[in-house]
Amino acid sequence: MFAYTIRRLTSLVPVLLGMIFIVFMMIRAIPGNPAQLILGQQATERAVAALTKELGLDQPWYTQFWSYFSGLFKGDLGVSLKTNTPISEEIWPYLAATIELSLAAMLIAVVIGINAGIISAWFQNSWFDYCAMVLALIGVSMPIFWLGLMEQYIVAIQWDLLPTTGRDNIRDAVDPITHLYLIDTLMHGRIDQFIEVIKHLILPGFALGTIPMAIIARMTRSSMLEVMRSDYIRTARAKGMKMFWVVYKHSLKNALIPVVTVIGLQIGLLLGGAILTETIFGWPGIGTYIYEAISSRDYPVIQSGILIVAFIFVLINLLVDLLYAAIDPRIKYK
Amino acid sequence: MKKSLLLIFACLLALSVGLAGCSSEGGDSKKGKTMIYGRGGDSVALDPAVVTDGESFIVTEQIFENLVQYGKDNTEIEAGLAKKWDISDDGLKYTFYLEEDVKFHDGTDFNADAVVENFKRWSSSKDEAKYAYYPSMFGGFEGDEGHVIKEVKAVDKNTVEFTLTRPQAPFLKNIAMSPFAIGSPKAFKDGEKFAKQPVGTGPFKFKSWKPNDTIEVVANEDYWKKGLPKLGGVKFKVIKDNAARLNAVTKGEIDLMDGLNPSDLAKVKENNKLQVFERPSMNVGYFGFNTEKAPFDKKEVRQAISHLINKQEIIDNFYAGTAEPAKNPMPPSISGYNDSVQDYEYNVDKAKELLKAAGYEKGFKMDLWAMPVARPYMPDGQKVGEAIQASLKQVGIEAKIVTFEWGAYLEKVQAGEAPTFMLGWTGDNGDADNFLYTLLDKDTIGSNNYSRYKNEEVHKLLIEAQQLSNEDERNELYKKAQEIIHEDAPWVPLVHSKPQLVGASSVKGFVPHPTGSQSFVDVSID
Repeated sequence: MFAYTIRRLTSLVPVLLGMIFIVFMMIRAIPGNPAQLILGQQATERAVAALTKELGLDQPWYTQFWSYFSGLFKGDLGVSLKTNTPISEEIWPYLAATIELSLAAMLIAVVIGINAGIISAWFQNSWFDYCAMVLALIGVSMPIFWLGLMEQYIVAIQWDLLPTTGRDNIRDAVDPITHLYLIDTLMHGRIDQFIEVIKHLILPGFALGTIPMAIIARMTRSSMLEVMRSDYIRTARAKGMKMFWVVYKHSLKNALIPVVTVIGLQIGLLLGGAILTETIFGWPGIGTYIYEAISSRDYPVIQSGILIVAFIFVLINLLVDLLYAAIDPRIKYK
Repeated sequence: MKKSLLLIFACLLALSVGLAGCSSEGGDSKKGKTMIYGRGGDSVALDPAVVTDGESFIVTEQIFENLVQYGKDNTEIEAGLAKKWDISDDGLKYTFYLEEDVKFHDGTDFNADAVVENFKRWSSSKDEAKYAYYPSMFGGFEGDEGHVIKEVKAVDKNTVEFTLTRPQAPFLKNIAMSPFAIGSPKAFKDGEKFAKQPVGTGPFKFKSWKPNDTIEVVANEDYWKKGLPKLGGVKFKVIKDNAARLNAVTKGEIDLMDGLNPSDLAKVKENNKLQVFERPSMNVGYFGFNTEKAPFDKKEVRQAISHLINKQEIIDNFYAGTAEPAKNPMPPSISGYNDSVQDYEYNVDKAKELLKAAGYEKGFKMDLWAMPVARPYMPDGQKVGEAIQASLKQVGIEAKIVTFEWGAYLEKVQAGEAPTFMLGWTGDNGDADNFLYTLLDKDTIGSNNYSRYKNEEVHKLLIEAQQLSNEDERNELYKKAQEIIHEDAPWVPLVHSKPQLVGASSVKGFVPHPTGSQSFVDVSID
């Protein structure tokens, strides 16, 4: 297992290297001069030329690539062209916001998605099954933009249950320590604000979790149906075991492998793909950070931002692969 | 397993709903309430001298003050940190008499030396990449040929004297601009920190900044104008989506927002808990021609198209009526506006005649570049583009709508790649020069003269106007220039839009300023 992990980690190196290079070249292929965009429409030609030089953008691409690349090995992610701040300093709050939101979305998606899938498989062709699968189909095709605004309008404004936007109650916010607000509020001993933070997570969590929830539900259902037809399930039922335990203990464990794979992939997608949810809910996450960087051609931020998201993505996938063995003892890594 | 999970969820939901009623409304200082201002983007930096974006100035206006300032809803000059000033007859010497007993937020004194140091910081930097506004408003840096400010001298503790190399008519309007606010010399000599922890003399002090989320300023207890500010502080909160921001202000999570979608205006007006504020227009949205490219090098073709565009219809459909039709390249609120110019009336027959005269009786094919992003002067570029496309079809002109991502769009239009395009401009200092010279003089081809419009007579008028200090004589020159520009029709000026803001009905004393940023010094919340 240990050797397997090491081998997998080393195989990541060429993947990440290739990705750094492709991203580097791709963002330079889009037209638009960062200096012009930073200085805005009002800037004079001379100012743009001066800033281009100062940012080193007049250098040939291989010089620029080398200075960025060698910096990475020293643990230097570069400096944002727009804010003039080291990326390693400014990226964490964004990442923390995204992690909190993604975890909330995944919690909602997994709990509801898996259970809906199980019950649908258990009572195949029942009204519950039909409804759940129609809802899942709607879920995967739901425009997040619309869903988010509808949630705000109905749940937050009409029913007055939950807040519309933001991560916390801005009128009485606590000072960030770790930038994970669930933890920060507890560290400040502010239970009221902790609950505020949870309330702020529910609507964006649902908006972001809808698509994964639908995918997970459908995957769980089909995987469960397959397992429930197998011999050992028939045996378990024949020996008089209660149906609930047959489903939740024997079937689920055997059906979980493809579901876990899907969950792993979805978490990865949420990290970078939360941009719509972040826009609607005023959520300062990593998607917004990279998106803004692309609009202003903030090359270092785009490069390092994507690098970090990709790195987390492959780590999660590795984790998923390792989880297989824990779920199903028949799988062994050599 | 399922049951226990459900139970936990039910408990959490019950708890959160139960506590919804008793969430505290804390965070307000003894002095006044904290106002939450929602906006679509974050500031770039908080050192006014180095930024160029409106979102930065919205915040720096609270922290800093200028020697002179604009009126509450116009660009007339009023006293600021200077209580009065004298101008010599030749327009070359400005003497400012400063307010006494004013302190910066770091406790150092504001005085004549501080003013000198601020101007020295900008003029001696020679760093056009960093201090972008200074050279463009004052003709360069110290030592440059075009530099207007010869010397800034402290006569005594509270008197500063500016000597100019040549008269500059909009000089007072220039120094009232947000980028030329006076900062604490002790703080900016500290270097990098100043852009993130700004120190000025203004009604609010900087407190904290969570990037892309919230900037907080709190009341300056030692503010030199007694009894002000009325608010305890202001938090600037980023909510990127206009509709979501409106939801937040409807729910009461924020108190004031900018960037209302014109289509939501009716909904807001129905809600008696909300009020609408209209920003006076200091912008122009236009449809421009590249005057170097055929067939738009022919004046008749440009005039013909000017006759084809129904501005009022565009305003009704895409601005929800929150704009006025434009006939000149600058808005009527700016002195020098020529109201006697007769706009090209909507007239298809006339357009056909003109096209015939130009030899394009059967029309032609062209690319129409439409803006990909919403700007205050153009809330929906694509749809306005389609409306123009439909108008052109009446005379057989087949327009293909082309668009690029915003950064690429600007760069390509600037390089002269677009035959026709949509763009706009928001004024910096409320002066005619900032529209006519900046956008349509032959000197500015390659920067902001996207039409590549070149007319020697206009150039002569605009340069002469820059040197005059007599307001009336200047205005005459600008009026003349507008007539020529109207005749040449390098653009179809479309609209002067009036951006809409929404506030809770408890917000009092807020007056949106045409420049786009205003001090909240006498705003209060009931």
